[in-house]
Amino acid sequence: MDFQLTEEQRQVRDMCRDFAAKELAPNARRWDLNHEFPRDAVKKLGELGLMGIAVPADLGGAGMDNISYALAMEEISRGCAGTGVIMSVSNSLFCDPVMKYGTDEQKKTFLAPYASGEKLGAYALTEPQSGSDAAEIKTVAVARGDEYVLDGSKNFITNGPQADTILVFAMTDKAKRHKGITAFLVPTDAKGFTRSKPDDKVGIRASGSCSLYFEGCAIPKRNRLGAEGDGFKIAMGTLDGGRIGIASQALGIARAGYELALAYAKERKAFGQPISQFQAIQFMLADMATELDAARLLVWRAAWMKDKGVRHSTESAMAKLYASEMCERVTSRGIQIHGGYGYTKEYDAERHWRDSRITEIYEGTSEIQRLVIAAGVLKD
Amino acid sequence: MNLEPTEVQAAVAATARAYARNRIAPAVAENDRSGKFPVQLIRGLGELGLLAVNVPAEHGGSEAGAVASALSVMELAAADASVAVIVGVTNMVAETIARYGSPGQKERHLPRLASGEYLAGAFGLSEPGAGSDPSALSTRAVRRGDRWVLDGAKQWITSGDVAGVVVVWARTDPALGEGRGITAFLLQPGMPGFSVGRHEEKMGQRCSSTVSLAFDGVELPDEARLGSIGQGLAIALSALDGGRIGIAAQATGTMRAAIDAARTYALDRKTFGKPIAEHQAIAFMLADMATWHDAARLMTLRAAVLKERDEPIGQAASMAKLFASEASQRVVDAAVQIHGGYGYTEEYPVAKLYRDARVQRIYEGTSEIQRMVIARQLLRDP
Repeated sequence: MDFQLTEEQRQVRDMCRDFAAKELAPNARRWDLNHEFPRDAVKKLGELGLMGIAVPADLGGAGMDNISYALAMEEISRGCAGTGVIMSVSNSLFCDPVMKYGTDEQKKTFLAPYASGEKLGAYALTEPQSGSDAAEIKTVAVARGDEYVLDGSKNFITNGPQADTILVFAMTDKAKRHKGITAFLVPTDAKGFTRSKPDDKVGIRASGSCSLYFEGCAIPKRNRLGAEGDGFKIAMGTLDGGRIGIASQALGIARAGYELALAYAKERKAFGQPISQFQAIQFMLADMATELDAARLLVWRAAWMKDKGVRHSTESAMAKLYASEMCERVTSRGIQIHGGYGYTKEYDAERHWRDSRITEIYEGTSEIQRLVIAAGVLKD
Repeated sequence: MNLEPTEVQAAVAATARAYARNRIAPAVAENDRSGKFPVQLIRGLGELGLLAVNVPAEHGGSEAGAVASALSVMELAAADASVAVIVGVTNMVAETIARYGSPGQKERHLPRLASGEYLAGAFGLSEPGAGSDPSALSTRAVRRGDRWVLDGAKQWITSGDVAGVVVVWARTDPALGEGRGITAFLLQPGMPGFSVGRHEEKMGQRCSSTVSLAFDGVELPDEARLGSIGQGLAIALSALDGGRIGIAAQATGTMRAAIDAARTYALDRKTFGKPIAEHQAIAFMLADMATWHDAARLMTLRAAVLKERDEPIGQAASMAKLFASEASQRVVDAAVQIHGGYGYTEEYPVAKLYRDARVQRIYEGTSEIQRMVIARQLLRDP
């Protein structure tokens, strides 16, 4: 038991911290305001191997472990939460499943360019009427000759507006319910594929999400990921890793909010002294720092277990649940410490708070995390 | 990153767990009711080496480290927080003597603390008018030749009536400012002028005794002084950092007991045609309880790891203590809620857990003191 980062892990963290300070933080407010996708920054992230951290170097990634991934996600999200989720989707929801379930040929086509940031991937499970209850998806895929033909729609798909390939989950055998779901790699230049305008979101506005439409969308059979019926297993297993990414994103957002509040509290004076000298403010800061620390340890534990290759559903859910709810509390207190200024766009406190809110919703709402955890507790 | 316990750590935890299950748990209800100090249990813990886990073997300790010590307290607390606090304080006193004591003091006290011959060690810092702010203490020690004469009183002293050795802090130089001029001494029962006062009637942790102590011209040889003159406050604060890990570990153990009890009850009890565990309102409480428990456990063990590496632990220990004790309060409250009316009776174990948990937010530094310590550090960091 050492709770210690390796030299390599520290280097990744420092590299990402530098990158975020130089390339992300100075632009984050503008990207948020303009709803602007940070194309150049994403390309540079790819060059650093950060769009496929766990992907082996010969396949375009960085070949690093999940602790490194968690550290990188925290640092990048601290600079820009939207960039954080673009990176998280690429790593956890696209590269991870392709690496785990892809054939050699699929890896060649769908891994190297994506891990290196040349192209962008997305993950499409959610539909208008099925988010948390993934077994209810309505999108269908019918085998026809050498092809599958997809019909249906998906929504809230992060990276959807920019993606070159999307991992799409569709029903191939409705009677089997969740065991009739299959995963497909759908190139966005496929015929019959269209997408909506980007969603107008409360936060993480540097990242885009949109709806996807499949109307007789034909893709080659070799684009099926895994066997028919493996889709649900792939989708859920992928989310366990994704939760570590989002939990780390929440750490980064919370840290940005906390650090800003700390700096403001030292500077701002009231009743003749910096407000950091009042216990009311000090105690908020103490709670913020403590909760951040607790969340980080839960995240590191989940990542450590993933690196060991042991089942980590409960632990990932705990990390995601606690970190995301912590993030909302911490960034909300950040606004409180800023007072009226916190409610204006002149300071970043309000952006951090807006960014925080989604972490409690996507890749499994807090309610879904509690279901997962409770199942684990009751099973023991 | 490695979060796996070593073989030694796992062995200490397993020893504590087995003893907690087989010996402590069966006696819990009776010990809580009678409020009598559990002499036999403590002697048994001494035989197992759990009273001085992080003390060198040459002095009779187990030399298993701070992580093993925290794991042991977690296991004992999962059975009975009272036993855990007796053990936690005894370990803290033993470690303090091991760190600051003279060779003679170590030789004299450590084997007796470790074996259980002393039953307990006690930590005499708090006074009626100085709890959270120990620098304001008013017990005095006046030098007379090569002896010291001690006058004053202490309050809220865990195991103060049974301990074979009590560390007592006294002001030795009233001229110096509040924080300085304090020195620590080792007292033993039976010394003329040293008496035990009131036994507190506590709502929880009832078989751990809490007493006041009075010093009326107690004469001590200079060999009874622990550390150097004026070093007292530094010794106290450093010991308390370690002690906070102990309370965080205790709170973690309480949480585990509450979760186990609530889980068992929720699987058994039915409403609206199914076990209440299948109602989301209950299942989600259990999910939050388990999440807080795990976070508290990780924070506690991380602080213990830092202590083993001899790194500064003030911040980590305060965070662990604050988080674990506040979480423990929420967890025992939820456990009572899950039990409904039964939870409000002494028929089920959660009522005791509820009473026991409350003091975790108070002793060894209230939550407010922990927040002060944490904030001070945060504001100092670059």
